[in-house]
Amino acid sequence: MAVTTPLSPEASNKSANVKAKAPTRSLATRLYRERYGFLLLLPGLVFFIWFRYVPMLGNIIAFEDYSPFRGFLHSDWVGFKHFARIFEDAEVIRVIGNTLWLSLLQIAFAFPIPIVLALMLNEVRNQRLKRLIQSVVYLPHFLSWVVVIGIVTIFLKTEGIVNKGLSLAFGMDSIQFLQEPGWFMPLIVLEVIWKEAGWGTIIFLAALAGVNPTLYEAAIVDGASRWRQIWHITLPAIRGTIIILLILRLGSVLDSGFTQIFLMLNPFTMDVGNVLDTFVYFKGIQQSDFSFGTAVGLFKGVVGLVLIVGVNRFAKKFGEEGVF
Amino acid sequence: MPIKRTLADRITDGINLFLLLLLSLVMLFPFYYITAVSFSSYEEFVNTDFLLFPKAWVLDAYRFIFDSKEFIRSIGVTVYITVVGSIVSLLLTSTMAFALIRKLWGQRFYLFLVLFTFIFGAGMIPTYLIVKATGLIDSYWSLIIPDAISAFNLIVMRQFFLSIPEELHEAAVIDGANDLQIYTRIILPLSKPALAAFGLFYAVGQWNTYFTAILYLNDPSKWTVQVILRQIVILDDTTNTLASAAREAARSAHLPPPETIGMAAIILATIPILIVYPFLQKHFAKGVMLGSVKG
Repeated sequence: MAVTTPLSPEASNKSANVKAKAPTRSLATRLYRERYGFLLLLPGLVFFIWFRYVPMLGNIIAFEDYSPFRGFLHSDWVGFKHFARIFEDAEVIRVIGNTLWLSLLQIAFAFPIPIVLALMLNEVRNQRLKRLIQSVVYLPHFLSWVVVIGIVTIFLKTEGIVNKGLSLAFGMDSIQFLQEPGWFMPLIVLEVIWKEAGWGTIIFLAALAGVNPTLYEAAIVDGASRWRQIWHITLPAIRGTIIILLILRLGSVLDSGFTQIFLMLNPFTMDVGNVLDTFVYFKGIQQSDFSFGTAVGLFKGVVGLVLIVGVNRFAKKFGEEGVF
Repeated sequence: MPIKRTLADRITDGINLFLLLLLSLVMLFPFYYITAVSFSSYEEFVNTDFLLFPKAWVLDAYRFIFDSKEFIRSIGVTVYITVVGSIVSLLLTSTMAFALIRKLWGQRFYLFLVLFTFIFGAGMIPTYLIVKATGLIDSYWSLIIPDAISAFNLIVMRQFFLSIPEELHEAAVIDGANDLQIYTRIILPLSKPALAAFGLFYAVGQWNTYFTAILYLNDPSKWTVQVILRQIVILDDTTNTLASAAREAARSAHLPPPETIGMAAIILATIPILIVYPFLQKHFAKGVMLGSVKG
């Protein structure tokens, strides 16, 4: 037969040649073989590049005196001029202060509520009742901010049900909740709690569902009370989740939720309620100060990025898992 | 073996349940109150201090809204962007999620591109300028395309696709199927519940569209229902035509006052959500758990 033996010098030489050529040829064949996969990938990839990454590059207009007519390639470079403006402008300083103050309030009041709520729900023995309560507390999450603030507006108007109630019960004069600067931040936090507290329990309940029930049985045998069980079994079970969410929250201390704040702001509360997100909109879009608005937005984004990476590293140092 | 419950346990449980039920009432009361008042008559609304149970249920406020072209048109716009937007989002998300489970050349890089957007966003103004440069300003596509894929939904959907046994793909490949055919013939039919859940979630997002509408649509005749709702309920001033017209009309002809019209508008803008809510709640709570516990 004419079959060459595998060890014939000619044949082995040939296969070595094929191997040497392999990388380039196999990449081409591989790409060809995967062409339909790439066809499916392409629209999504184009979306991410065009609407998420090109705008990231577009941030360079923060270093220009951007003129829409000349485009970002032909506008004048001004270096860090707009970033310097951030720290010279008393209004921006106040806005940064408002942003940090709001974040502090959110972390102190809105952050722990879903944890407490999840612990409470976890103690409900009647499964049907538990599911019913969950359905009710999840609901506000799906409403728009316009609806939520619309409801708040109706309730808190001068002639609204809250003021009527206060005057009937305590004979109080009506309070201008929506115009009073002192009420702005508390209302924002309360709205966030009403809308998102229930939804926020999902992730903690998921963590709690993974707890091994024998741990509780063992604790009961050891004579642990309900509170002891919560302290020594339930809480440690969700510790990792709490820390991850706290890291994410700390990484976004400069994000305030544009829509909610924007809808709540009015001329009376502008001084105490204007935050970085709304400031960027008013300056950049409404007053067309594109470069300054972008500089403020970029400052916000970079500080957030540094914070999240930093806090994550810090958490890891203390033996926690971290986000990445 | 049932564990013996002490009296203290039962009291704790009782208090806990009581507090949770109280909380549920706090969550539901606004809906009840707004529904009740939206059906009340002008006289009753003006003359009752603490209107909780309207004696006469009337439809004046709803009739007024259905007569106003502005609100009805905004509902039409919103239905349109909700339907088209959800389909586009679902198509883009599912194709990309599927591509990301096939071990394509450079897969880790594409995944990184998606995940990085979780920790760094481009910012409002550069995004606005890109949308403008794309020529989408004042087009309904500006409400659909720039937010078509939610990176979070994409990752959760990919996680779901990964749970479909790989042997099915392999069998299909042996039968001569390409990736396109695996996607349409195997993945999509097996993912109907997941697709329904994500579709609903995208739909709720589109229905609630507010911010992108004020950002990208200058033409008031194109505004979505949330923007009109803000005009009616939150601003409620003379610059907004519907509310001031309502006030005028109410004064002269004892028509519904702007307050009840606002409440009726809130109800109408919320009804679609309430209708799909049972489906949403069931599927999506699970989806969120799936996605989040992994991370």
